[in-house]
Amino acid sequence: MNTQMSWVNKLSVTLGFMFLYVPMVIVVIYSFNKSKLVTIWGGWSIKWYGELARNEAFLSSAIISFKIALVVATLAVILGAMAAFVLVRAGRFWGRTLFSALIYAPLVMPPVITGLSMLLLFIGVNLDRGMNTIIIAQTTLAISFVAVVIASRLLSYDQALDEAALDLGATHFETFRLVTLPIIAPAVISGWLLAFSMSLDDLVIASFTSGPNATTLPLRLYSTVRSGVSPQINALSTIVIAIVSLGMLSAWLITVRSHRRMQANEGIAD
Amino acid sequence: MALLNDTSTQFSPWTDRSATPLIRFDGVTKRFGDFTAIDNLNLDIYPQEFFALLGPSGCGKTTMMRMLAGFETATEGEIWLNGAQIGDVPPNKRPVNMMFQSYALFPHLKVWDNIAFGLRRQGLPKNQIGPRVEEMLRLTRLEKFASRRPDQISGGQRQRVALARALAKAPKLLLLDEPLAALDKKLRQDTQFELMDIQERTGTTFVIVTHDQEEAMTVASRIAVMDHGKLVQVDTPDRIYEAPLSTYVADFIGDVNLVEGTVTAIDGESCTVAFAEGQPALNVISETRVEMGQRVFLALRPEKVCVGATAEKNTQNALTGTVTDIAYTGNVSTFHVTLASGHVIKAQASNGRRLSRRTINWNDRIVLSWTDTAGVLLKK
Amino acid sequence: MNKRRAILIFIPFAWLLIFFAVPLFMAFKISLSHSVTAIPPYAPTFGLSEGWAGFKDALSRLTLDNYRFLISDSLYLKAYLSSVGVALKATILTLLVGYPMAYGMARATPQTRMVLLFLVILPFWTSFLVRIYSWIGILSNEGMLNQLFMFLGLTDGPIKMLNTPFAIYIGIIYAYLPFMVLPLYATLEKMDLSLNEAAMDLGCSRPKAFWLVTVPLSLPGIVAGCFLVFIPAIGEFVIPTLLGGSSKLMIGKVLFEEFFSNRDWPLAAAVAVVLLLLLVVPIVLFQRSQEFEQNKELQR
Repeated sequence: MNTQMSWVNKLSVTLGFMFLYVPMVIVVIYSFNKSKLVTIWGGWSIKWYGELARNEAFLSSAIISFKIALVVATLAVILGAMAAFVLVRAGRFWGRTLFSALIYAPLVMPPVITGLSMLLLFIGVNLDRGMNTIIIAQTTLAISFVAVVIASRLLSYDQALDEAALDLGATHFETFRLVTLPIIAPAVISGWLLAFSMSLDDLVIASFTSGPNATTLPLRLYSTVRSGVSPQINALSTIVIAIVSLGMLSAWLITVRSHRRMQANEGIAD
Repeated sequence: MALLNDTSTQFSPWTDRSATPLIRFDGVTKRFGDFTAIDNLNLDIYPQEFFALLGPSGCGKTTMMRMLAGFETATEGEIWLNGAQIGDVPPNKRPVNMMFQSYALFPHLKVWDNIAFGLRRQGLPKNQIGPRVEEMLRLTRLEKFASRRPDQISGGQRQRVALARALAKAPKLLLLDEPLAALDKKLRQDTQFELMDIQERTGTTFVIVTHDQEEAMTVASRIAVMDHGKLVQVDTPDRIYEAPLSTYVADFIGDVNLVEGTVTAIDGESCTVAFAEGQPALNVISETRVEMGQRVFLALRPEKVCVGATAEKNTQNALTGTVTDIAYTGNVSTFHVTLASGHVIKAQASNGRRLSRRTINWNDRIVLSWTDTAGVLLKK
Repeated sequence: MNKRRAILIFIPFAWLLIFFAVPLFMAFKISLSHSVTAIPPYAPTFGLSEGWAGFKDALSRLTLDNYRFLISDSLYLKAYLSSVGVALKATILTLLVGYPMAYGMARATPQTRMVLLFLVILPFWTSFLVRIYSWIGILSNEGMLNQLFMFLGLTDGPIKMLNTPFAIYIGIIYAYLPFMVLPLYATLEKMDLSLNEAAMDLGCSRPKAFWLVTVPLSLPGIVAGCFLVFIPAIGEFVIPTLLGGSSKLMIGKVLFEEFFSNRDWPLAAAVAVVLLLLLVVPIVLFQRSQEFEQNKELQR
């Protein structure tokens, strides 16, 4: 197979990735800018990180966001995994079409609509808005994403594995705990991470469903950003980018390494 | 093959009326919606048998095996194991273990833990699990791979792990679902003998599902040939090959010439069959009861037909024809001989000489000859 | 066994019904009521206390006024139309940027491909808000791009880019590029290169082979990518607000403002319902095409 890239290919890939990454690189660089004027370079400094660390509002929002994201990711993984099993394994049942519609619709529904209608429900049943309502709303959205991730893993899952466990005397619960769950664990973990990062990132749904004591980080960030660029936001953005990059990079390296090890071992075994 | 005739010491519980079967299918029917996978099936399988279910895909053989394992329940009829009905027993409570076609090895567990899985579920004390796993590893020659994971061993080794895992609980019955399908031919042949050896040593009853007739012939004490959810013939491998009850079985197992004709004379067990204008009638001695004028098929294995310039000595049938094709497969050559009537008869000869010295060639006029006991008469 | 299955189905089903289906229904109902200065700011409200008679009474007071208003006021019509227009143009632009990128990626060596794939997915996990924010600093009058232009002497004064439709397009392309590249890459990567060679062997030039073989075969990826960009772009709210300012009316923003600034909930709900109806067509088409592709895969 010809895998040689022509210069056209190289150029388009390079330009495409520059487009994707230069804006983020600029934010990172300018977060170390000494000058208070965000567009003028005034030398290197980490003072904005210090100011960020002393910014009570941002800190408390970050804590709120993390708390919410933890609960949302965990709830969504449990419910999403159940939904995935229903989608892939439950066969036919009454309301199956409606069920899959309820799973797939939130994936494509504009968040403004989801957020608005959620809020109308919360007001309709007189639920005080705050962390709880954000958690419910974000979980509902995240269930669909988690379900899709886990369902696609379950589709390629060899059901003979479960049958083998039963055949060897395992109960249904043991089969799930000792065989199914460990094997689909990577999908469950990436579902959790996806739900976690979606929750941390969510602005639209949170703006509908949050209350006075539950200003999440994106809400705080948004209201600050509306009034323009600030070096503190650059620093905050850099931290976000760094965390995501490090997390993704380590996950990726683990996958690549296990992939390589598998290939190497196959070479030995045969 | 000499042993086969010695029926006094031969293992053949199915001929013994007093023997109690390990498994009994009693009028079992299995339907999936409108589709009937198993159709009113009766079958006894005896302890220590190596029983093969043979048939094309979709014939119901896998469904039968899954009913034995407990993954499917019969729509009608009863299945007995060791004198007890097992219809309602869930798979994890049956003294039956299965070796899956995909092996279904747990990818996250080491070979050792895969084999110990069933023992642990059984609640066996730790000091008994260890020795039992070691024993299984020795039996399947896997000692060196105990701490590898399934993706770190070869296909043949994986197959042995699956076998060891299924045998570890010392089941009364071991089910093998196309156990060798994933192996290449050479490895498959070696493994067949290994399977037979292990079956003999453990004394476990094996039921194997396969679509590979050679495999079934090699390993099985009895073969059940299946088609469309029914048993077509249940018999020992030699009987299946030498005395098929129908053209379906004759054709499914090995290569065969099927010549359709009419019975023109009967004298006790011997009769003559006319099959075409201008061709001599064929002399056959067969157990099959036939009547005058009946349409029958003569099933004739190619290796029982001789080819030569003249008829072989002591043969009762001779036909003349032209060689139209020669298939050379190394050890044997198969000659396709076209008769004046248009029939094509296949004859096989082992290549005792080098190819360059072969005396028969394309377009040669030759004589096909065979004895009156070489073929079998079939009514359908 | 069946009890276990019933519980497994019931729990997620109930959650999604209560927190997804019911709210949508409520939004629809409120879109039929009218705005009042009260809490909640709409009437009639359905209370269980009034019983069946109260329910019927409330039912009779429902009105299509909000929808009439949406049609009569050209502001909303314009917002819907310009949302569709912006989403459509942005989708085509994203395709034009994404296709060469995905094509180049698919032709890289397997190791490079892994790295590039990682680099496409990474921004997807990075905060959407941060990524949109990064463009404010670039596009503003004192921003990076204008500084560069002035340094190069291309322009004397700053060119206004932020708070223009241009910025909205940039934002959408930037935010949704991974959604376009991933499905495109998936189809291009598994494409058999010998097909191209066969076309050239039969007398096609390289561009012609690309146009006659590669493009048609990558159509499933193009369709999937375009839907994945177009559908969320229509309801987009953050990008037009942060980058577009007041330069372009987009329906997501209108809905937001109607709800929070004007506190006209029934009207906002009506805007949402119409937006949903607008999206039903592309969503159904998308589902159909995905199912079609899946069936094709299965038949293989």
